[in-house]
Amino acid sequence: MASAEQVAKEAERRDVRTRWLLSTPALVIILLAATGPLFVMLAYSFMLKGDYGDVQFGTFSLDGWTSVLFQRDIFDDTLGMADAHLSILWRSISLSSYTTVLTLLFGFPTAYFIATRPPKTREVWVFLVTIPFWTNLLIRTFAMQQVIRNEGLVNTALMALGIIKQPLQIMNTDTAILLGMVYVYLPLMVLPIYASMEKLDFRLVEAGYDLYAGRWQVLRRIIIPLVKPGLIAGSILVFIPSLGAYVIPRVLGGGKNMMLGNLIELQFGAGRNWPLGAAISITLMALVMIALLFYVRNASRSQGVHG
Amino acid sequence: MAKRPFDIQAQPGFGFVALVTFFALYLPMAALVAYSFNAADSLSRWDGFSLRWFISAWHNSAVQDASVRSLVLAISAAALSTIVATMAALATTRTPPYPGLTFKYAFINQPLMVPEIVTGVALLIVFSRIKVWTGYSGLGYLIAAHTAFCIPFAYLPIRARLESMDLTLERAAADLYATPWKAFRFVTLPLLRPAIIAGLMLAFVISLDDVVITEFVKSGGQDTLPTYMLGQLRRETSPEINAIATVFLALSVVLVTVFYFVNRRKP
Repeated sequence: MASAEQVAKEAERRDVRTRWLLSTPALVIILLAATGPLFVMLAYSFMLKGDYGDVQFGTFSLDGWTSVLFQRDIFDDTLGMADAHLSILWRSISLSSYTTVLTLLFGFPTAYFIATRPPKTREVWVFLVTIPFWTNLLIRTFAMQQVIRNEGLVNTALMALGIIKQPLQIMNTDTAILLGMVYVYLPLMVLPIYASMEKLDFRLVEAGYDLYAGRWQVLRRIIIPLVKPGLIAGSILVFIPSLGAYVIPRVLGGGKNMMLGNLIELQFGAGRNWPLGAAISITLMALVMIALLFYVRNASRSQGVHG
Repeated sequence: MAKRPFDIQAQPGFGFVALVTFFALYLPMAALVAYSFNAADSLSRWDGFSLRWFISAWHNSAVQDASVRSLVLAISAAALSTIVATMAALATTRTPPYPGLTFKYAFINQPLMVPEIVTGVALLIVFSRIKVWTGYSGLGYLIAAHTAFCIPFAYLPIRARLESMDLTLERAAADLYATPWKAFRFVTLPLLRPAIIAGLMLAFVISLDDVVITEFVKSGGQDTLPTYMLGQLRRETSPEINAIATVFLALSVVLVTVFYFVNRRKP
């Protein structure tokens, strides 16, 4: 006869089985249409490229990977650095870093401003940040184009005021991409900083002033350390999508000022070099993972400090 | 004049930067809307107020097709992802740890971790081959891809609600001889409804907005509204695109507002 313990164990096993059954559809869909293809792409990065895109199946080659950084000279067949790829890699990393810094400079005071409003109006301000956040990214990019194009808002205003005679050429430059990214990703910085600022105990700030700290000292020694998790979360949330940006550089950078995302698209389109495209994609993913690891390490450390 | 009392929370200049930020957030969108009412044939000059571009977009059959396709896709992906995400959320909450639980969390949230362009080309690689093998090039690929990246967005609010839910009501139902299914149907599901609606709306908006993955997965002639707009931007942009963008923008604002109020009403 089954003991009570055996019955309980059997029930638990059935429970685990039900839970696996319930989660299977979601896992299968993600496996087929998200995770699985990433592994296929990894395999593709180690094959020879086909003549019209695709790959030659079953071949093994490191060409895709070496051409991420090097290119074979068409005259003497020697390997040199692929300057175009390196400059695109550098543009991606530096524009994403600038974007992160600029969104921090604007996002931190904005989050602070919202957090210090009375609770009722606070909700309204948060809502005002949420609307652009949920507006289609392409439309927001396109909206930025209306401001910076030659006949756009900025140039029309500056010319009407007589400050400039010729329209400023902002479109199709790195500056245009930077402006677009700061505009599009700003809410991603404000919201997490606000989330940690909301929990800030302003009695600590008061204590700081009582101990003769100035505003700057209070900001630097009390407020910033306490909202650090939010600052890091916001920076990561801005840096990662910036690094993989595709639509913004395509619309505002005008084809020549590419970032990694556009370089990947080029290899799968006109470049017809799928192994190279796959290798660059994995490089981009690796950069993202490094940023995430940095975040996880920092997050666990600051959790340790503040209990 | 009396000195203003010392405001402990104020930091000099922060309010100004915040107002600049809010101004900057809304100025481009305002410009977009304003230019969409331009009567001129090109965006380079202002010829007065007119609705002509809205009318011409309304009658443009490519825009009609793309809008219908966007809606069909977003409704299918939102419905499918919310159903499977609800099941997955039930399977991963309110349970003692069991083998595979952490793996499931990581796996379900995986689409959030990878840049869209990378997912897009990976799907291009796999789906283009399947298209050749099977000869099928319908909307199924787009529905599968959209469902996959919508699952985490539907999963997160539903899981959060389940975790904060009280178990006693379900136990009471079980004590009153309700079968597990009946307890779910009459107790858990009604309590979960606000979160399911929130998840459904999030998934809908996410699918409707997607441009990158759609661009790589779609077959010829399968434009959605965002990919149609992206394609048009390659050429000289016509004010018609502004009109389409304005309507799309208005739709997003309505959806976000509804979402905000649905979410706030939770008990």
